[in-house]
Amino acid sequence: MADDKSNAAEYWKANVRLIYGCLAVWAFVSYGCAILFRPLLAGIPVGGTDLGFWFAQQGSILTFIVLIFFYAWKMNKLDQKYGLEE
Amino acid sequence: MSQFAINLLFVGSSFALYIGIAIWARAGSTKDFYVAGGGVHPITNGMATAADWMSAASFISMAGLLASGGYANSTFLMGWTGGYVILAMLLAPYLRKFGKFTVPDFIGDRFYSNTARLVAIVCLIIASVTYVIGQMTGAGVAFSRFLEVSNTWGIWLAALIVFLYAVFGGMKGITYTQVAQYVVLIVAYTIPAVFIAMQLTGNPIPMFGMFSTHTESGVPLLEKLDSVVSALGFQDYTADVDNKLNMVLFTLSLMVGTAGLPHVIIRFFTVPKVADARWSAGWALVFIALLYLTAPAVGSMARLNLMTTVYPEMAGQVENYEEAAQTPILYEDRPEWFRTWEDTGLIIYNDVNSDGRIQFYNDATDYTDRGWEGNELNVNNDILVLANPEIANLPGWVIGLIAAGGIAAALSTAAGLLLAISSAISHDLIKTMINPKISEKSEMLAARISMGGAILLATFLGLNPPGFAAQTVALAFGIAGASLFPALMMGIFSKRMNNSGAIAGMLAGLISTLLYIFTYLGWFFVAGTNMLANTPDNWFLGISPLSFGAVGAMINFAVAFAVSSVTKAPPQEIQDLVESVRYPKGAGMAIDH
Repeated sequence: MADDKSNAAEYWKANVRLIYGCLAVWAFVSYGCAILFRPLLAGIPVGGTDLGFWFAQQGSILTFIVLIFFYAWKMNKLDQKYGLEE
Repeated sequence: MSQFAINLLFVGSSFALYIGIAIWARAGSTKDFYVAGGGVHPITNGMATAADWMSAASFISMAGLLASGGYANSTFLMGWTGGYVILAMLLAPYLRKFGKFTVPDFIGDRFYSNTARLVAIVCLIIASVTYVIGQMTGAGVAFSRFLEVSNTWGIWLAALIVFLYAVFGGMKGITYTQVAQYVVLIVAYTIPAVFIAMQLTGNPIPMFGMFSTHTESGVPLLEKLDSVVSALGFQDYTADVDNKLNMVLFTLSLMVGTAGLPHVIIRFFTVPKVADARWSAGWALVFIALLYLTAPAVGSMARLNLMTTVYPEMAGQVENYEEAAQTPILYEDRPEWFRTWEDTGLIIYNDVNSDGRIQFYNDATDYTDRGWEGNELNVNNDILVLANPEIANLPGWVIGLIAAGGIAAALSTAAGLLLAISSAISHDLIKTMINPKISEKSEMLAARISMGGAILLATFLGLNPPGFAAQTVALAFGIAGASLFPALMMGIFSKRMNNSGAIAGMLAGLISTLLYIFTYLGWFFVAGTNMLANTPDNWFLGISPLSFGAVGAMINFAVAFAVSSVTKAPPQEIQDLVESVRYPKGAGMAIDH
């Protein structure tokens, strides 16, 4: 039982670490590239506008999709590694 | 065949399809009714979630919002998709593991308090009811425009259709109907977008066409659009915004609101496993993105089409845009679609300087030197998507398809919201709080009656909109984001969070958000009762009432942690419950604690 518990605690830690990483990327593309850092990206042209605009209207959404699938895939591996899958 | 007959055929056969599915997927048990039996495949659930989520506002209004606001309105795109990242990682898998039917269920059990449950029920009902009014009015408009019935009949017809498949099928009927509705709405949205992208850029994929070269002029499409609109005194389409704080908070509010809206959350209770809840959030976003990545293209292209219709000389290669702006088209030469939409009152022309030409520009700019005495054209944002096929000269069946798509978008969201409301009443209020001994059969009956009641209420409010229908987004998202989302998240991620903390937090988030919204938009949205004018100068730190949900959520977190740190820790069994919710293994253990 003690083993089980520390096993579970480690699983949860790994999960939270993964969430931090994913949310950092989530915030970076949407609040960062698309809004706050847009002036910094203004010099990078993308089809008639700049990279910041592209992130705001396309790039951030595409990144969100990749993030969720990456998270789901990674969590499945964690579930198996710690023997906690259904 | 006349356009009316074609519309009737498309809308009629889509209804036959929805009702057919509802009969096939009748709910036999409360589990069927609340969570569609719990065996929905993640891809199917993703599609249903997408239809559930994309309302009449997404289908009809969003492209128009982008067309008029350009870059500044990217907030809607990021906010309404970014919430799914939060859902997938912070809520969906754990709530699925918890294994019950509704959002108040989780809040009531986790915070071992019927007061918390009641606060959650109230928040859920306010958020969902305000949101459903917009759907009913949207459905009414779509019906009356395409089927040539009055608005009142349109709303009644919408109510009848939703009643048929939602009351009998419950979540099971709604799920499979929403899959069909998703297919109808995405096909309807994409086909005209592809044709318009082809015509303007030669690229059939709208999301790429938007960033490629405008064929007629040889310059990039967005650059062209910027030149055209700035020559007319409008803000550059791609211009940056000054108030970044407000833009960040507005995006964040829409994200946490998305993650906190109960009708979206309950969709994740319908999949068999915790892992499926994670996949399902990803699939939902894929299906949503098909529309959300196309909408900016539709917005920018429709705006360019509109401008070059009024100013034909601006369409090709232009040396001097100011010069090209001198000769707008003669009112007599306006295209056919222009005439059609004038009839609906959504395009209004008023020849201020009586020269017979259509001067369309930003009034705030002084162009008296051009002989202009004021803007002469008003175009309603909402027509852009609906008029697209006509602007691009597409055949009549595409218009029929758009009609069916717009109605599908409104109906699917209305059904999801009505289910969230009725399960909160029959399951959380009646079964859990009032009469725990109720039999499954009576509970089903109660669920169906409250669903019927909710539809009647929504219809009544749709017919007599309380004057704040336009503000529903602020209210629904503000409430969901400021009250429910933080409570759910703390319930999962903080073992120390106790009942007093959660209740104080929810109330603080709810009340502060309501107060802020009412300060600028009037008490209970009654016109004239606002204490400060709703202008950026008056906003606290430049935060618009629409963006306040994010601040409300922060207040909720802060108050909850402060209160719980000075009150008793939750009992051991609750800490064990939180523990078990965190691990996918053994779904069901959490229920039988």
